[in-house]
Amino acid sequence: MIQYTLRRLGLMVVTLFGVSVAIFLLLRIVPGNIADILFDSAGLIDPAEKQQIIKDLGLDLPLVTQYTHWIVGLAHGDLGYSYVSEKPVLDEILPRIPITARLAGLALLFAICTGVPFGVISAVRQNTWLDYMLRLMSLAALSMPSFWLGLLVLMAFVNWLGLLPIYDKAPATWGAALLMYGVPAATVGLRSSALIMRLTRSSMLEVLRQDYVRTARSKGLSEPAVTFTHALRNAVLPVITVIGIETAFLFGGLIVTETVFNIPGVARFLVEAIRWRDYPMVQNLVMFIAIIVVTVNLIVDLAYMFVDPRIRLRT
Amino acid sequence: MAPVLEVSGLSTVFHTRAGIVRAVQDVSFSVEAGETLAIVGESGCGKTMTALSLMRLIPSPPGEITAGSVKVAGTDLLKLDEPGMRKMRGSQIAMIFQEPMTALNPLLTVGRQIAEMVSLHENVSRRAANARAVEMLHHVRIPAPERRAREYPHQMSGGMRQRAMIAMALACRPKVLIADEPTTALDVTIQAQVLDLIGDLRKELGTAVVLITHDLGVVAETADRMIVMYAGRKVEEGTTKDLFADPSHPYLQGLLASIPKFGAGEGTRLREIPGIVPALNNLPKGCAFAPRCSAAVAKCQEAIPPLETKRPGHAAACWVT
Repeated sequence: MIQYTLRRLGLMVVTLFGVSVAIFLLLRIVPGNIADILFDSAGLIDPAEKQQIIKDLGLDLPLVTQYTHWIVGLAHGDLGYSYVSEKPVLDEILPRIPITARLAGLALLFAICTGVPFGVISAVRQNTWLDYMLRLMSLAALSMPSFWLGLLVLMAFVNWLGLLPIYDKAPATWGAALLMYGVPAATVGLRSSALIMRLTRSSMLEVLRQDYVRTARSKGLSEPAVTFTHALRNAVLPVITVIGIETAFLFGGLIVTETVFNIPGVARFLVEAIRWRDYPMVQNLVMFIAIIVVTVNLIVDLAYMFVDPRIRLRT
Repeated sequence: MAPVLEVSGLSTVFHTRAGIVRAVQDVSFSVEAGETLAIVGESGCGKTMTALSLMRLIPSPPGEITAGSVKVAGTDLLKLDEPGMRKMRGSQIAMIFQEPMTALNPLLTVGRQIAEMVSLHENVSRRAANARAVEMLHHVRIPAPERRAREYPHQMSGGMRQRAMIAMALACRPKVLIADEPTTALDVTIQAQVLDLIGDLRKELGTAVVLITHDLGVVAETADRMIVMYAGRKVEEGTTKDLFADPSHPYLQGLLASIPKFGAGEGTRLREIPGIVPALNNLPKGCAFAPRCSAAVAKCQEAIPPLETKRPGHAAACWVT
């Protein structure tokens, strides 16, 4: 088990290296850099000044040198300075992390807490009106893009019902935070919830047909005991994997939702940074997201081993 | 001795799109404490459905027990409500299944699965339930039971898993044990061990055993009495010795004739019963076996033969013999 964990940690480093190269090159493939944008938007015209900016930021150096500077800095905990605000990248990112973390955490929590129980209900009540309803709802939830859903939710809660507080300043109490993040989190998490629900349902249906479920019934166990102790435990295995994959997708949804709900988190900030070709900002933010996604997947795989003894003993 | 299991007029149907499938029709039998009754027949003749009906584990819908009674020590299981039935399952009537590979939950230790049965039916502490699990594993002759109790099913061989299943089924000392093809999935050497084990425990605990099998060799070795099923009906009943020596029904005659024999001479063709079991949703009007029967007469196509006593302790449902 320790050997497996170490091997996975090694793979994590390789993955992160790949991500760093990819984001570094992709950013430079995108036409224009910070100097071009400054000159276009601020109306500067002096080419000498433009060259000076490029030289100051080190954008004239060979790509390999630029990359090495970044990675060496990263390894020393020096993330560089934002091109736009000229403040240290770390100071810009750090205050925004808790906001996105709360939103993402709540979204995932929402997805699991609704997806798994509804999936179980849907499977246990297979082919009843309840099952049809849940399946229809999940299909609808999977089909709705989160930017559109976000706008609808905003319209309903803010414009018509006047219930949802709009983000103006950081919430002071837990209750206020839950109220403020709850609806956006549900909006992001809805897609994952629907996916988890459908997967839980099909996995449960598969497991409920297994011989050991019949054995459990033959012991005289009640239906809830059969469903939860014997069936669900086996059925959640594929669901755990999907939760790991969904974490990555969650960030895509967060970018849109933070924009729609005007929440000053990391994801929305990333879009801003890309618009300005703020290379240090984008590179480090993407690395930050990649580290989170890779870590969550590692946790998922370790959790898998924890739940399934067959995997635990093979590795 | 009064029988501990009395089944009478049991009928189970399945409502399917292809019509009503009559899986079990008017089946009656009884088993005494410490006795082994074998239910034999080929695949699809209703053996397993009879067993599941006794446990009331028929998936419903589409299945439904339409008639009959199943009395265990005088209590009619078919009249109990679901919570009442749950109390009976495991404690009074337990079952072991064909596939030991899949019949145990892969995510729970064997010990926990046995202990679960104990704590469900008896008011004992968790520790006592675990101790009972180890004791039962020891009882079914699993070496190092303390260690094995902490293992998962995939760490055990097929034979050992089937022993663990038996340990689980007998943990609460049920009056009736239903064994549905308990040895079919096992190696021949392990088969004999498992059958011996069931036999020994039956004597020790006085459990009535209903052994479901298509293997006549197993029946000959272990069963006191047997019933033969065909297309959901009981067609013959008697002591094992008597039925093997002198079968009345052409079906059992055919089954016994189809067992390969040593010294039959090289090049001798194996005897077989022509045709296949009729579909249970489209049974013939008369005797279900008539289309395959070499002795069939006109009457066999017309009416279902009643079960008649041919000799003391031997009954068969046939117009001809």
